[in-house]
Amino acid sequence: MIPASFDYVAPTTVEEALAALAQYGDEAKVIAGGQSLLPVLRMRLNAPEWVIDLGRIDSLRGVRDEGDSILVGAMTRHCDVATDPLVAEHAALVARATATVADEQVRHRGTFGGALAHADPAGDLGAPALALGAEFVIAGPAGERVVPGTEFFQGLFETAVSEDELLTGVRIPKHTGWTAHYEKFVRVAHQWPICAVGATLKVSGGVIEGAAVGLTNMGSTPLRATGVEQALVGQQATEEVVRSAAALAAEGADPPSDLNGDADYRRHLVTVLTRRAIIQALGG
Amino acid sequence: MARISMRVDGMKVTDDIEPRTLLVQYLREGLGKTGTVIGCDTSNCGACTVHLDGDSVKSCNVLAVQADGCEVTTIEGLADTVETDLHPMQEAFRECHGLQCGFCTPGMIMQTVDLLKRNPQPTEDEIREGIEGNLCRCTGYHNIVRAVQQAAGTEVNAL
Repeated sequence: MIPASFDYVAPTTVEEALAALAQYGDEAKVIAGGQSLLPVLRMRLNAPEWVIDLGRIDSLRGVRDEGDSILVGAMTRHCDVATDPLVAEHAALVARATATVADEQVRHRGTFGGALAHADPAGDLGAPALALGAEFVIAGPAGERVVPGTEFFQGLFETAVSEDELLTGVRIPKHTGWTAHYEKFVRVAHQWPICAVGATLKVSGGVIEGAAVGLTNMGSTPLRATGVEQALVGQQATEEVVRSAAALAAEGADPPSDLNGDADYRRHLVTVLTRRAIIQALGG
Repeated sequence: MARISMRVDGMKVTDDIEPRTLLVQYLREGLGKTGTVIGCDTSNCGACTVHLDGDSVKSCNVLAVQADGCEVTTIEGLADTVETDLHPMQEAFRECHGLQCGFCTPGMIMQTVDLLKRNPQPTEDEIREGIEGNLCRCTGYHNIVRAVQQAAGTEVNAL
């Protein structure tokens, strides 16, 4: 399968990319690593007239320390995020989740920003980013704006990035010393999860001081399990506490029904995965 | 048309291609390197795996224009990177009979060479995880795992 014909431009700066977007508008698709877009183009589910490749914009790669937060450049590849020392130290949940994205070959091409901008509800990175309170840096004709995760994810494959804008990076508040685990339930290795849960915790003297829990594929956008978080914070890190907190995981979720499982199945599954994720994050 | 230049298996190539050309198509139809095969054509099976600037990628899921300026190694050039006739991974696949129909083999070998580069002494679990993006419909993976163990010089599972 071969994509329909398109013209191709590979800008080397964000400004050039924005100019190309302004010129070609809704006839263009932006390609980052292409691991989600190329299958779409090959199956001809989309046939843009222009493809704007961000792969030559070096300034969008890499992870930077910004004091209270880290900034992950949109074009940083999954394999680089998963092994980055700043991400490991300050956003362990992102490192854990990224290491489970698809397979090694895909992680060598796919990018952090590309996956988030694609906004597949079964994608692994949205829930961790949301749970960690990430902010999304968006460049457009009027300059730069920053939106929180709650505004960034708007629906199925839909984000706050409009047609003349680009996601350039994601700022993640430092969660230094927080332990983390991403528990993913897949039918087939390297496929999208039926449901997944990211949990990250700060524990001191046996007491849970901080908890952030994100849910993947439990609605049209990534979700945060605030009920679970509230039930954990301030409590002793015991199995009983974890069990009763995890039971709240499906509250407010609106999971899909598909061939892999119906909504009720997912509502049950998410409580099991939440318990496992928290227990693993606590050190097994 | 777009002008691309890259180095493929040590040979410098320059061509004018349609931007929609996939890397695997360019390798096979443009350069005649049919050692890299197209399996599923949906980026699932990994049969088309090559190395792009030293990293394993599925060449059906990369545009040839994205590889402009890069170094590509295919199964056909792998043995040229070593002194021996075959790359040690190829030798191990032959030795351990890590294939039956052989269709997944080019991708399996390119992916497991990448795996050992990052993790020279993988456990069996790490080997199985390392090839999660490569499907084999014949072997049940047992002999593939044994081949990788042999190439890594770790203990080889009993038959």
